[in-house]
Amino acid sequence: MSRYILAIETSCDETAASIIKDGTEIISNVVSSQIDSHKRFGGVVPEIASRHHVEQITIVIEECLIQAGMEPTDLAAVAVTEGPGLVGALLIGINAAKAFAFAHGLPLIPVHHIAGHIYANALVQPMEFPLLALVVSGGHTELVYMKEHGSFELIGETRDDAAGEAYDKVARVLNLPYPGGPHIDRLAHEAQEAVPFPRVWLEEDSYDFSFSGLKSAVINYKHNLDQRGEEIIPAQVAKGFQDSVVEVLTAKTVRAAREYSVKQVIAAGGVSANKGLRNALEEAFANEGIPFYVPPLKLCTDNAAMIGAAGFYMYEAGVKGNMSMNGKPGMELESWVK
Amino acid sequence: MIWLGIDTANAPLSVAIVKDGQVVAEIVQNIKVTHSVGAMPAVEELFKKAQMKPAQIDAVAVSEGPGSYTGVRIGVTIAKTLAWTLKKPLVGISSLQALAANAKMFDGVICPLFDARRQHVYAAAYRGDKLEEVIGDHHDYIDGLLETLQALDEKVLFIGTDIDVFWDRIKEILGDKAIRASYTLDLPRAAELVALAEKRELPSVEAVHHFVPQYRRIAEAEANWIKEQKKVAE
Repeated sequence: MSRYILAIETSCDETAASIIKDGTEIISNVVSSQIDSHKRFGGVVPEIASRHHVEQITIVIEECLIQAGMEPTDLAAVAVTEGPGLVGALLIGINAAKAFAFAHGLPLIPVHHIAGHIYANALVQPMEFPLLALVVSGGHTELVYMKEHGSFELIGETRDDAAGEAYDKVARVLNLPYPGGPHIDRLAHEAQEAVPFPRVWLEEDSYDFSFSGLKSAVINYKHNLDQRGEEIIPAQVAKGFQDSVVEVLTAKTVRAAREYSVKQVIAAGGVSANKGLRNALEEAFANEGIPFYVPPLKLCTDNAAMIGAAGFYMYEAGVKGNMSMNGKPGMELESWVK
Repeated sequence: MIWLGIDTANAPLSVAIVKDGQVVAEIVQNIKVTHSVGAMPAVEELFKKAQMKPAQIDAVAVSEGPGSYTGVRIGVTIAKTLAWTLKKPLVGISSLQALAANAKMFDGVICPLFDARRQHVYAAAYRGDKLEEVIGDHHDYIDGLLETLQALDEKVLFIGTDIDVFWDRIKEILGDKAIRASYTLDLPRAAELVALAEKRELPSVEAVHHFVPQYRRIAEAEANWIKEQKKVAE
């Protein structure tokens, strides 16, 4: 018999709900974005995000049930993002999930947001282990090794800015609108030449990342030209910056994939929607002969379908939360299999 | 008619089930547990005590604010979700009026208030057992509130766990006109919330989706943004 999971995600500025069948098939997937409301502030304002979530939450869950043509009695469990994220935002999804689960006597499954991003891939093709995941978003830059379902080993992470954070900051330097990532990606493709910016490799054997030095290099470059009364060419700056980020991310992912002899490499998170990064990874792993996958755009950015996919495998493994579950803004990615 | 009442607008928590004008079960507590951890277990325990199932309730009453932004949102999110998914109407009651209801036998003006930090309060004033509104829910400097109350030239009963923060200042401005309610009345009770909700006309079930908290204060980022726009306009 098929099992249907209702999933809820409110960790940042998207109010999202989804119904997933057997961890692999999207039955319905609703995302209400607040991006237009946060644009004027140049970034996500936590209090404003929380206010929007409480306005949207029941509307989004209802829409998700209507699109699926389902009643609460058709569901096996309720999965919800436990963390990491903005605490006030997380708490709306968590309390709605708890109340819904309580009202219908359903089990509650607490899901890690990054586990969700990784499991977005399970909605596209079966995950094959051992597997390497490159998670890149506004808040994360991580290399995660998985030897089986529910097993996560963090082998590298950013020591300062996340890749997406660096994109947003550089976009601000170039006076591009928020969120900056897609604009830099587009500009970078328009340029023939790139301003040379450094690549930050850290220690020779390290899988960690650092992007704050690169961000500073961009700021200094603009500052120096300003001082000399010269204009920067935004497209060439964008290309120089993106080339540096993409080269480091790709090289470290390839090296890790070789060392860990993985059968599959996946990219996940909002920045994996970046064309420059997708192309570079696809080319590199075609050369390596290792299957590489990246989910379609709507599953790269924050959504609840991915939470439902991860939630299903947790449900199968017997992982359950309870009514005293709290939001965990700085939650670590931990394995649910021992 | 079975009501579920929920109040998590400030540090204390209260939930109650009221059936046909009788309190079946009520939980009132003021402990150091955040509502994100404590609210749903309290609801769960309440139904267990009352030996009822969630589907048995006919309506939900919730404290809609003002108070702690996060606290208000937790109560409202739980109430909205339960009301929507059980297809029951939801009634919002001012957190200040619900607290004032504890002292409705008082002959004079009742002033419930919550500490909003930096010498600010959320406050209102009511009169008599019908809790007629003398001053509506608002956000103000404590001195601004006390000035308004002084102009009434009446006895004022202050109620709430945050009164002690401001008591010296209250006495300084209002002198003998200021009376401190017994501490036993300081915690809001979800049963009083329900009693107030019962007097309202029941909204439609569809209205649940559009229910929003009454913060009585715009978000700081928004206030700054509006200020910036005004500057640009000048």
